[in-house]
Amino acid sequence: MVENALRFLSLADANVRFVLLGSLLIGATGGLLGSFAVLRRRSLVGDALAHAALPGVALAYLLTGSKALPILLLGATISGVFGVLVIQFVTTYTRIKADSAIGIVLSVFFGIGIVLLTHIQRVGGGNQSGLDKFLFGQAAAMVGDDLVVMTVLAAIIIAAVLFFYKEFKALIFDPGFFSTLGFSSRRTDVLLMGLIVLTVMVGLQAVGVVLIAAMLITPAVAARFWSERLGTMVLVSTAFGGASGVVGTFISSLAPRIPTGPVMVLVATFFFVVSALVAPRRGLISRWRRERHNRQRESRQHFLRAYFELAEKDRESRSFSTSALAVELGWKAARVERLGRKLARQGYTERVGAGWTLMQRGFDEGLFIVKSHRLWEHYLYYRSILDADHVDRPADEVEHLLTPEIIERLEQILSAERGIDPQQVVNIHGSLSHYRRGGRE
Amino acid sequence: MIAIDGAFWIVLTGALATGSCALLGTFLVLRKMSLLGDALSHAVLPGIAIAFLFADSRAIVPMFVGAAICGLVTTLLVETFHRKWNVQEDASIGIVFTALFALGVVIITVFAGQVDLDQECVLYGEIAYTPWDLLILGDSEYGPRPVWILSGVFLLDLFFVLFFYKELKIASFDPAMAVAVGINATLMHYLLMGAVSLTTVAAFESVGAILVVAMLIVPGATAYLWSDKLHVILVLSVSFGFVSALGGYWMASLWDSSIAGAMVAVVGAIFFLSLLISPNQGVVARLWQRVVFSLQVAQDHMLLALVRRSEVEEQYRFSRDELMEMASVWRGVAVLALRRLERRALVERYNDRFHLAAAGRQEALRLLRNHRLWEAYLSGLGLPEDHVHDPADAVEHFIGRELAAELDAEVEVQTDPQGKQIPPSE
Repeated sequence: MVENALRFLSLADANVRFVLLGSLLIGATGGLLGSFAVLRRRSLVGDALAHAALPGVALAYLLTGSKALPILLLGATISGVFGVLVIQFVTTYTRIKADSAIGIVLSVFFGIGIVLLTHIQRVGGGNQSGLDKFLFGQAAAMVGDDLVVMTVLAAIIIAAVLFFYKEFKALIFDPGFFSTLGFSSRRTDVLLMGLIVLTVMVGLQAVGVVLIAAMLITPAVAARFWSERLGTMVLVSTAFGGASGVVGTFISSLAPRIPTGPVMVLVATFFFVVSALVAPRRGLISRWRRERHNRQRESRQHFLRAYFELAEKDRESRSFSTSALAVELGWKAARVERLGRKLARQGYTERVGAGWTLMQRGFDEGLFIVKSHRLWEHYLYYRSILDADHVDRPADEVEHLLTPEIIERLEQILSAERGIDPQQVVNIHGSLSHYRRGGRE
Repeated sequence: MIAIDGAFWIVLTGALATGSCALLGTFLVLRKMSLLGDALSHAVLPGIAIAFLFADSRAIVPMFVGAAICGLVTTLLVETFHRKWNVQEDASIGIVFTALFALGVVIITVFAGQVDLDQECVLYGEIAYTPWDLLILGDSEYGPRPVWILSGVFLLDLFFVLFFYKELKIASFDPAMAVAVGINATLMHYLLMGAVSLTTVAAFESVGAILVVAMLIVPGATAYLWSDKLHVILVLSVSFGFVSALGGYWMASLWDSSIAGAMVAVVGAIFFLSLLISPNQGVVARLWQRVVFSLQVAQDHMLLALVRRSEVEEQYRFSRDELMEMASVWRGVAVLALRRLERRALVERYNDRFHLAAAGRQEALRLLRNHRLWEAYLSGLGLPEDHVHDPADAVEHFIGRELAAELDAEVEVQTDPQGKQIPPSE
């Protein structure tokens, strides 16, 4: 195995170089086109198309007796496109839905392909070997001529994507706007489908009809985690695809029997899982951390506001006991105690005997949050959105989200229209008379 | 004693597998979950492979456990990727089943020595070896093992569908209604997916992934082309499954090839045939409806042309070509339309020129009344004068006596927007 690995990595063997270049092309074109296919929700049509290519391969061989790649791929293209047309026809003219139509074409065409393939195997005798590599793919079977075909196809695909990039982008993100610009969504969709066909053909020999769709889907979905911009996503997806191709081929070269397609798919899946976990912003870990941070801020701010509410009732005290805070917050005492200690470590609070007092940092944030809460309550009430006894809950949720700019705007509204002094915003439940007089009639 | 030969067992195995799949698959098709069925039937592979690896013989229990876990994992992963990880649903199905299937294939090839499965068999099964895969208890043989397994699964599926028929029906056609009447839709979903996983595993070994996918989706979808009634759809679906099992065996022995593949080809043929000839959804029926309809429209337009001209020039007779032009349809249809008008004695011919017969005049006036009533009605709604003719042209054929009376009451005028008289009702 080590020998195999070294031989592969040294690139001394021309055949290895072919295979490597080929799998790079397959992965990269799959990733490139896959971005558009996935965003346009054509990923499973790609799967049906790939399965539908199998009878074409077998028929091309039966009719011509040749195993040259261009001839087999021509047959594959014809039957694949025919399969896509059948999906179109069935969904347009009958009540069968797209999902069933895709499943029907996928399985029936593939079944017919299997019938032809097994027939060729049993009748054709020794001459049959080679066609079954189209099932799961065999990268090692690629030769120089095949690579020429694949390179030409890949070049067409890349050129087309570069040339029609803007059209595809518009089609994906805003088909309505796209057609008002005078473009035909239909024609662009057909073009995209055509490129998907070509992409499938590039990988058919090395990955196989069963799993080639994964090379369209998985790298693109993995790339989606890394960026909100189409351009970046396309590049990342192409890179993931190319890397899956190369690494997959390398792994499958370590042992003689391992088919290339499944390994490439597993490598791409690995990229997907890693991306989903660690990608910044959209990745799971980053989302978990963000949520945890929000939850912590929320409970900290509740703690601080509870202190202010207590301080308003008891203007003499400068510190309040855990149990008093717990009653005010409606929490268990243990939770208040835990949070108090944590906030003390972070410099918000300080322990005074059996209770807590605020440090400058806690005082500033507490004041801000009390103000946010009350301004929002007043605003909801004043704008007649809610009654006085219903405003506390929404304010509880919103107080953490209000920015200083919004606060300022609320102050302006309330002081200009209601005569409320922003410096003296009191608890709404104690000042209802103010509104009654103010005429909310 | 009757000699039971291999062919019988193979067809029976195929029929039981296709029948079970067709029964449950119908619900997948109706619930727009076909692709989850597709995914499941690929994704059970690693479960089966791992079970083979550890149990080292084809023990039934580990195989079912392994595959059931895989089925559950698939459903859960698809849900998680879609809902929690914000991946589109189709892409998340695509990722999950390709990854699991790839994993299964790799396990099979890497441990080829220990796993009694090969790549081809994964795709199209080993149904041909069924007669030799005997169930042996003690010293006696009890017929092929797959037949026993599949019979059990088939009965279980049948029982499941019969027992939960009402619940499945409501949950499939109207999920909101199902919740409203207190049916636990989530439970039904997981029960159905569980049954599908079980069936998939049982069928997988004999007939391979492809036959399972095909039989889950194609018979149900085909039956859906033929009927609107759930019980009819189910019976048809299972029958299509049986027929394809029999036909597939026959085809494979006639034209030496994979039996499972041939069964798929036959069910595919049944589908395409239905696509052509089904009474409501079929291509032929639709084309026929279009021909009949355009024939009707052509006749109506000819009558209208005749009666409009007669308002201006009582004695005018149309030549054949003039009438054809008025019909504004494909020429072949126009020829037929004119012939039908003559046969129905609505028009009469005099010196190869045509005029309305008495009955024809009555029919033509009815159409003209419809047309002008609709124009007047649209104009009353505020449509400009030059925008009312084309819609009226399209609608005039469908206005019955009652609707005409209602329109008449509505429009309150005696003329159409161009000031032409609306003919009174006869």
